[in-house]
Amino acid sequence: MSSTSTETKATRRDNAEVVEALGRSYAAGFVTDIETDYLPPGLSEDIVRQLSALKREPSWMTEWRLGAYRHWLTMPKPDWAKLKIDPIDYQAISYYAAPKAKPKSLAEVDPALLETYEKLGIPLHERAALAGVAVDAVFDSVSVGTTFRKQLAEAGVLFCSMSEAIREYPELVQKYLGSVVPTGDNFFAALNSAVFSDGSFVFIPKGVRCPMELSTYFRINAQNTGQFERTLIVAEEGSHVSYLEGCTAPKRDENQLHAAVVELVALEKAQIKYSTVQNWYPGDENGVGGIYNFVTKRGDCRGDDSKISWTQVETGSAITWKYPSVILRGDRSVGEFHSVALTHHFQQADTGTKMIHLGKDTKSKIVAKGISAGRSSNSYRGLVKMGKGAEGARNYTQCDSLLIGKRCGAHTFPYMEVKNPSAIVEHEATTSKISDDQMFYCRSRGIREEDAVSMIVDGFCKQVFKELPMEFAVEAKKLLEVSLEGAVG
Amino acid sequence: MLKIENLHARVEGREILKGLSLSVSAGEVHAIMGPNGAGKSTLGNVLSGRDGYEVTAGTVTYNGIDLLSLAPEARAAAGVFLAFQYPVEIPGVNNTYFLRAALNAQRKVRGESELDSMQFLKLVREKLKVMQISDELLHRAVNAGFSGGEKKRNEIFQMAVLQPQLAILDETDSGLDIDALKQVAQGVNALRSPERSFLMITHYQRLLDYVVPDFVHVLADGRIVESGDKSLALKLEEHGYVGIGESYPAGATA
Repeated sequence: MSSTSTETKATRRDNAEVVEALGRSYAAGFVTDIETDYLPPGLSEDIVRQLSALKREPSWMTEWRLGAYRHWLTMPKPDWAKLKIDPIDYQAISYYAAPKAKPKSLAEVDPALLETYEKLGIPLHERAALAGVAVDAVFDSVSVGTTFRKQLAEAGVLFCSMSEAIREYPELVQKYLGSVVPTGDNFFAALNSAVFSDGSFVFIPKGVRCPMELSTYFRINAQNTGQFERTLIVAEEGSHVSYLEGCTAPKRDENQLHAAVVELVALEKAQIKYSTVQNWYPGDENGVGGIYNFVTKRGDCRGDDSKISWTQVETGSAITWKYPSVILRGDRSVGEFHSVALTHHFQQADTGTKMIHLGKDTKSKIVAKGISAGRSSNSYRGLVKMGKGAEGARNYTQCDSLLIGKRCGAHTFPYMEVKNPSAIVEHEATTSKISDDQMFYCRSRGIREEDAVSMIVDGFCKQVFKELPMEFAVEAKKLLEVSLEGAVG
Repeated sequence: MLKIENLHARVEGREILKGLSLSVSAGEVHAIMGPNGAGKSTLGNVLSGRDGYEVTAGTVTYNGIDLLSLAPEARAAAGVFLAFQYPVEIPGVNNTYFLRAALNAQRKVRGESELDSMQFLKLVREKLKVMQISDELLHRAVNAGFSGGEKKRNEIFQMAVLQPQLAILDETDSGLDIDALKQVAQGVNALRSPERSFLMITHYQRLLDYVVPDFVHVLADGRIVESGDKSLALKLEEHGYVGIGESYPAGATA
């Protein structure tokens, strides 16, 4: 590193500070000062082995990881998305960072960590958890605590970190891990399979309705690390679960990689509702820094009459590459995707869904809302596939884009493959702008410019927000307001 | 209350208002009539502060303050209301929510306490009764999918809730059938008070059969060229606007 580049970085930091002082701020951008264990940067079979050993994993898991790693080495990086991505140096990333002090229970969690989650509004103290939401908190590479475990266990629900699940419920993990997203599914899924460090595991036994909302909160803290978490949710016959996921990261000038895999399995008549509010650091208004969010999320409606729905509100990340999908294998199974993706400044998003209809009379519904401001680029990419056996299957897709300002872009790439003549696929798309007329109408009634924008945007997103659990809907709305600050005028 | 002096305004580089002067006192209803393109809507837009209207000369004093120096939202808070000729649709935003946000934003600027949902609902119910508007309108998104008549009635309903001091009605009668026109007129009449003034911009005299103005002005070629009482409107109805602008030399004021 030459001194010039250090100077530039310092100048950028100064600029960021000025802008922050002027009022636009990413509230979750602080760094927690905590002692951290790292693996040295770089990726090799050796690193994969060390990681597995650090986590005291059984040998089948180590082998699984190594298989994925070897596969990854042979795979090309995907380049079909409408994204401009600077080359990522996978040897410069550290694949494991964990707070040094290992808590045995929540009571022993480092106070600095608890404070971090307090600041973010995530109650890790069970007594403080008024909302009755069970939380698993993942800090950098490891889970730092899961709340309400006892109450959940009484209902037969297993909710713990993935590391624990590998040690304590190996049969379940072996049966389902990689069964929806195979290790070699795609470049980032393969990378994740090789080096994932933690994540959440949920198992809802037959006939159980999970007594509370489950939630995982992901936080990247350490510098020059990637976060690779793995989530697995299995809902047995006739069970129900609603799961929420939230994400934040400190402001840093470097791009950080987040490559997660989420797998959902719904057996007969089971229902899984998965909601995400993603607020990774988006980079500053000059496009410096921010998280690369390359995520594979897929649900498998394995049983008849099962249902999986994805609801997501995405405001963060410098680059988002993400297509939560549902495989509609069981007859009469239902897949849903409700999404709001907002991009501002130099953010790029290429996001959407895949609905793969295999079973008879399967149904899917897609409602995707894209909002672009600043110089950002926002693409919807979706695949609806009707297999040969998808007799009487139906899909309805609605894609709406809202543009704010003149320098942003919105794109829609719908793909349809229909192999059964009785299947029905509908697609509707609109693109609109916040018009001067709308702005003047609001202002002439006394509403300030910025409030008018958030009101119009909120109206645009209503259909998706109503799918979110109550507290998340409020959070999502606030998040959009903050993310759009300075978007007009 | 409102004093417009020698107002000149341009839109896209073209001069539309060319020295308009007009005085409105509290409690008065003034009708502004005139042919298409005379500058009637421009006047409404300039008074409420729409972007793209450039004032090149003249002054507008409202309750002693320079109205033109205020942003649109500040004018609203000061009691200026524009009923739009073409009310704007805002999909997904609930009509009641919108109106409460507007009222509370205005109250906040004026240093008054904001109304909570219960207080607001009570106010809305009262006004609905006066305006003879059904509840159903409240639950829909702002103007989205409203018929022409519903949109105009919604404007008058907003006016009833916001209770402005100066209401500018921009061709509120256009596109209404006779029943809708009567309803709108009834709403306006219900809001007439010694403190509230109206500027009714209209092309036709028929609205004036139901809302009887104190003064009628003829706006032609960017200026008020004739002023009078209700009988002036009837005269216009009979003879039309043809020839009106021409018979008054440039620079003449009413």
